[in-house]
Amino acid sequence: MSAPSRTAGGARVTLSDLRIAFHGVPAADIDLDVPPGGIVVLLGPSGCGKSTILRALAGLLEPESGTAELDGEPVAESRSQCAMVFQEDALLPWRSARRNVEFALKLRGVARAKRRGEAEELLGQVGLHDFGDHMPGELSGGMRQRVQLARTLATRPRVLLMDEPFGALDAQTRSDMQQLLITVWEQQRTTVLFVTHDVDEALLLGDRIVVLTPRPARVARLIDIPDPRRPGAQFEPEFARRRYEILALLGDSPDSALAASSA
Amino acid sequence: MTTRPLPPPARTTTPSPAARSRGETGPRPPTAAGGRRRIGGSRTSGRTLGTMALKTALSVAPLLAALGLWEVLTANEVVAWLSFDKLPGPAEVFSTFAGQLTNGTYYQDLLSSVRRILLGFGLATVAGVLIGMAVGRSRIAHAALRPLIEVARPIPAIALVPLAILVFPTGEQGIVFITFFAAFFPVVVSTIHAMKSLPTVWEEAALTMGASRLSVLTHIVLPGAMPGIFSGLSVSMGVAWICVISAEMISGQFGIGYYTWQSYGLLDYAGVVVGMLSIGALGFGTAWLVERIGNRVNHWLPRAAK
Ligand SMILES: Nc1ncnc2c1ncn2[C@@H]1O[C@H](COP(=O)(O)OP(=O)(O)OP(=O)(O)O)[C@@H](O)[C@H]1O
Ligand SMILES: [Mg+2]
Repeated sequence: MSAPSRTAGGARVTLSDLRIAFHGVPAADIDLDVPPGGIVVLLGPSGCGKSTILRALAGLLEPESGTAELDGEPVAESRSQCAMVFQEDALLPWRSARRNVEFALKLRGVARAKRRGEAEELLGQVGLHDFGDHMPGELSGGMRQRVQLARTLATRPRVLLMDEPFGALDAQTRSDMQQLLITVWEQQRTTVLFVTHDVDEALLLGDRIVVLTPRPARVARLIDIPDPRRPGAQFEPEFARRRYEILALLGDSPDSALAASSA
Repeated sequence: MTTRPLPPPARTTTPSPAARSRGETGPRPPTAAGGRRRIGGSRTSGRTLGTMALKTALSVAPLLAALGLWEVLTANEVVAWLSFDKLPGPAEVFSTFAGQLTNGTYYQDLLSSVRRILLGFGLATVAGVLIGMAVGRSRIAHAALRPLIEVARPIPAIALVPLAILVFPTGEQGIVFITFFAAFFPVVVSTIHAMKSLPTVWEEAALTMGASRLSVLTHIVLPGAMPGIFSGLSVSMGVAWICVISAEMISGQFGIGYYTWQSYGLLDYAGVVVGMLSIGALGFGTAWLVERIGNRVNHWLPRAAK
């Protein structure tokens, strides 16, 4: 990306005793500190409260108690600094892929004349050069997810919240998107909170992996990855050891979890 | 009057044109579904002409049958329980109609009715959408306005004619008001429902991208609610015609309803039928217009008519 970043790098994210409940039943109870510019991956069983944590961080949910802060400020006041790739379909279905990205650019304050070019560049980055004029209803699930990624990058957030963004992609596209995320992150040093079910993806992307318990989500273990995102790391014994450790923590036998994570 | 069901949240990628470009990345053998679809496509294009002819015949035949029945009943002056002896036949109606086509007041009547409809319906659309959005999104507006709306809604607009005559300085304004009153409720109610059925994730996405309240309203809420709003608009247009015609019959000067009622008073039964059919044609035209605009605005719906 050519234009200079709106912000100076990522923000520090601090969740202190953040407790969220639905109808009185707790869904998450979490303490977490993410250093500026870090990539933290949240891993946990389905329904444990991962999306809930991200929503609270985006200022979309009122916590029952505790605080979520960006650089020491409550998130509700800096909502636009946390952009989110939603797990569900969040594109505006009445706008073409390109116009969805342009909407984000408009909200960032990009001049009208520059939006089209920049939107096309972003769509190109996610491998959708030729699909700018397609309506979301005419794109596959994985393609829509990539448009969401392009749209979210367009806002140049200080914190990027990603809720299983690559879940619907085939292995090759997924790996391309992971690479794209790392490239963008290297340029902008955004803080990234990334939710996934895929243990390999977690190990490939994160500086730190947060393994969560079943609902209510609590931190079961923090796993720091020394020297993260090193090419070829997945072929080393250390990778396999951590992978085994995480699968054991998630309570699955390695075989069934393997099946789940590659589904 | 066609009420379109509320839109499914667009995430349902059920068998729609959505599947058209399902090719993710990289070369992949065409799926069975894709192949079948292609075969189906070519078959339709081969049959297009025949299908169109069949469709036309299917729409025209009942109209011709109705015309024929009318001719038979009136020409033979059938009187059996229902009396058709005083009714004009198609030919008489046609010649009356042809006479009206060269008559300036006929056009003035049409124009008056259309103007009243457009004014009443237009005001109802603006007010209904704005108030519906407020009631659907603000708890205060809901508490303040919902009871008033629910109390006023069951009153048939035509029951307001005496009041309108008393209150409004001119009959013209009274008729427009009655039309507005009738057209307002379908719009406001469907807008309130559209607010409630809006998926939250669109708005949430806009908020995380830094959208202001105003831009959420204009860029997310309004376009997202359009399918629901338009289903209210088509109901509303039908109701508006009923009320404008009734009001004209009671208290009008000019207007196609007034013309129809005058013809009845003058025992010009062919004129009555010409009036009726003119109302039908105008109603059809405006309904078509609403439908067209709706299709254009909501072209993104998975089942939108192309
Ligand atoms: N709006 C809501 N109202 C009530 N309960 C909710 C709501 N949203 C989520 N929940 C509940 O909170 C729990 C956590 O949901 P959440 O969406 O955070 O799970 P998740 O970890 O993201 O799961 P998945 O991996 O399947 O996406 C679930 O049990 C869910 O039923
Ligand atoms: Mg989730």
